[in-house]
Amino acid sequence: MTDQTLPIPASEPARRKPASRHVIGWLQAAPLALVLAVFLVAPIVMIVVVSFWGATEFSIYPAFQFDNYAFLFGSDVTYRVFANTFKYALITWIFTLLIGFTVAYFLAFHVRSLTWQIALFLLCTIPFWTSNIIRMISWIPFLGREGLANSTLLSWGVIDAPLEWLLFSDFSVILAFVHLYTLFMVVPIFNTMMRIDKSLIEAAADAGATGWQTLWHVIIPLTKPGIMIGTIFVVTLVMGDFITVRFMSGSQSANVGRMIQNDVGLLQYPSAAATAVILLITVLLVIGILLRFVDIRKEL
Amino acid sequence: MTTIPKIRYSRRSVLKTGGAAMAATALPAPMVWGQAIKDVTLRQFGTGVSNLNEVAAKVKEDLGFTLEMTALDSDSVTQRAATQPDSFDIADIEYWICKKVWPTGNLQAMDTSKITNYDKIVGIFRDGKLTPDSVIAQGTAPHTVGFVDGPGSTDFVDNESGWMTLIPTIYNADTLGIRPDLIGRPINNWSELLNPEFAGKASILDISSIGVMDMAMVVESMGEYTYPDKGNMTREEIDLTLGIFTEAKQNGQFRAFWKTFDESVNLMASGEVVIQSMWSPAITAVKSRGIPCVYQPLEEGYRSWGGGIGLSNSLSGIELDAAYEYINWYLSGWVGGFLMRQGYYSAVPETSKEHMSVNEWGYWFEGKEATDTITSPFGDPLAQAGEVRDGGSFFDRMGAVACWNAVMDENQYMVRKWNEFIAA
Repeated sequence: MTDQTLPIPASEPARRKPASRHVIGWLQAAPLALVLAVFLVAPIVMIVVVSFWGATEFSIYPAFQFDNYAFLFGSDVTYRVFANTFKYALITWIFTLLIGFTVAYFLAFHVRSLTWQIALFLLCTIPFWTSNIIRMISWIPFLGREGLANSTLLSWGVIDAPLEWLLFSDFSVILAFVHLYTLFMVVPIFNTMMRIDKSLIEAAADAGATGWQTLWHVIIPLTKPGIMIGTIFVVTLVMGDFITVRFMSGSQSANVGRMIQNDVGLLQYPSAAATAVILLITVLLVIGILLRFVDIRKEL
Repeated sequence: MTTIPKIRYSRRSVLKTGGAAMAATALPAPMVWGQAIKDVTLRQFGTGVSNLNEVAAKVKEDLGFTLEMTALDSDSVTQRAATQPDSFDIADIEYWICKKVWPTGNLQAMDTSKITNYDKIVGIFRDGKLTPDSVIAQGTAPHTVGFVDGPGSTDFVDNESGWMTLIPTIYNADTLGIRPDLIGRPINNWSELLNPEFAGKASILDISSIGVMDMAMVVESMGEYTYPDKGNMTREEIDLTLGIFTEAKQNGQFRAFWKTFDESVNLMASGEVVIQSMWSPAITAVKSRGIPCVYQPLEEGYRSWGGGIGLSNSLSGIELDAAYEYINWYLSGWVGGFLMRQGYYSAVPETSKEHMSVNEWGYWFEGKEATDTITSPFGDPLAQAGEVRDGGSFFDRMGAVACWNAVMDENQYMVRKWNEFIAA
């Protein structure tokens, strides 16, 4: 108990001298600011700086030139790859949203006891105890030409020949993305749904709203912040990914992450940095647009 | 002897061995090192192929000093050799990497008079000829980047000058791997990779410098174009080559591309792919699962590669002597036998022979029928009695090399085009 009395005399002189209170405030903010500066701001600044550098086949040299950007914007591959990245993000977003919302809705409104809610919620997280690479790669034997899916369908007589598009295609890439990232949609939506005052739903029912009307006019508007947070998670994860696309497409498709990875592999760091800067700007723009629709700060 | 502090053994050990060490540096008598050499640690890095822990363990046992191995992919190897000369003592690199790295001056030429088995090194690495009447293949043939005028020289010479850039360690001839059970007919040409018959069942490796060579073999085999030098294409030739493959890709010829050894094994073993560019040990890995897989010799010949060890420019004194001892040991047979029993070739086959059984030597080198089960150095059975190595004997295989892995003058352009191919 004596510990608690200590801060009071300390804060007394602080109240008398506003200047020193500022100092304390700055000091309190300093550790986090320092961490962010070192681990977030500095690397990004470095990437931006390097994106203007030049590269030979095996070294990079400081310079201030726009070659990397000129090449990036001058190649139609860039546009195709960015379009592909958006395609993956959009389709994955639609599926994770539909599945994530349904799961969260079920957990929040259909499961009545808190114990069961927690139990089922934890059940959703079990696959996340393994690495996401393993979860992704485990699809490969399942979807392959002689994989489980094809042999099952064949034995049922649904198909006559193995389906080729199951693996190493956009289908398998998006399937893996949806599998990997749906939980990132479930968690924030579930979280906001749990905060919805149940009396609002009762009021809607009392006012004669049908289930769908309640969903559309009450629950979805109140869940928007959760949807938005989930969306930001999914979109940024998909747009920044390279390994899922590489494995699930059998290296046949490219997104921006793979373009960066290729450049890094070939020691073209400045060009990789330039691509990374453009990707960062693109993702920030997307998030900026999303945040115009919903004020998530209100909910945090 | 002012360079002594640069040598990486502790001041204390310098003091301990004191005058003896000083004297020994002045007198080229390796025996004097005796005890001191046990404290030496040589840092070797290279691609995974020959960076084997077994080798490091055997070095410790036979030579007494410590060899630290770091395995990296070939891009990282190139970068490290070119930009961080102080981070390694021995670079285990491929000859085409040597062509890129040597001009940086980070490696030092080796005096062939200190190499005991120099005279027994196969001709490929000396005058370029396997046998006196061999034709030298296209690309970065090892002997073209194998010699320089003397210490400090950065220009390659085309004769056996007595100063070697890399001591050859390991090499092989690569071709296409096929699943004979799923193809069911003979495959004799590189052009089969793009045969519509195998649409959706073909693969090529996604490592631009090697992949483009495989592509060139295919294009030439299709009769589309004959390259003056596959290993050094012009921009137009690069456009043509990748154009043909982009079209095939868009027509669904390829099931996937692979970047790592394991991927190529899985693609083949699972039946996703029936014909693809492949490396020798990958074939072995597929076979060891009981799945038939052939490293198919093709009429147009092989795409070959070779690796060697180079010494860092900063090596001197006792460590340089240790490095020479290591090289001489490397060529003396044990490692060669170890590598040849995995399907690679050793630079000095005749010393390796002593470390292989008659059956193994017959199977791997002479292309004879195995008289008993052939096992890898790790104990996996690779072939049964009566089987013959794909492609036959050493002279059949290395004598049919059509091109060597290479680095082109237009490398950066090629890489950009390769990225477009992957994104197409």
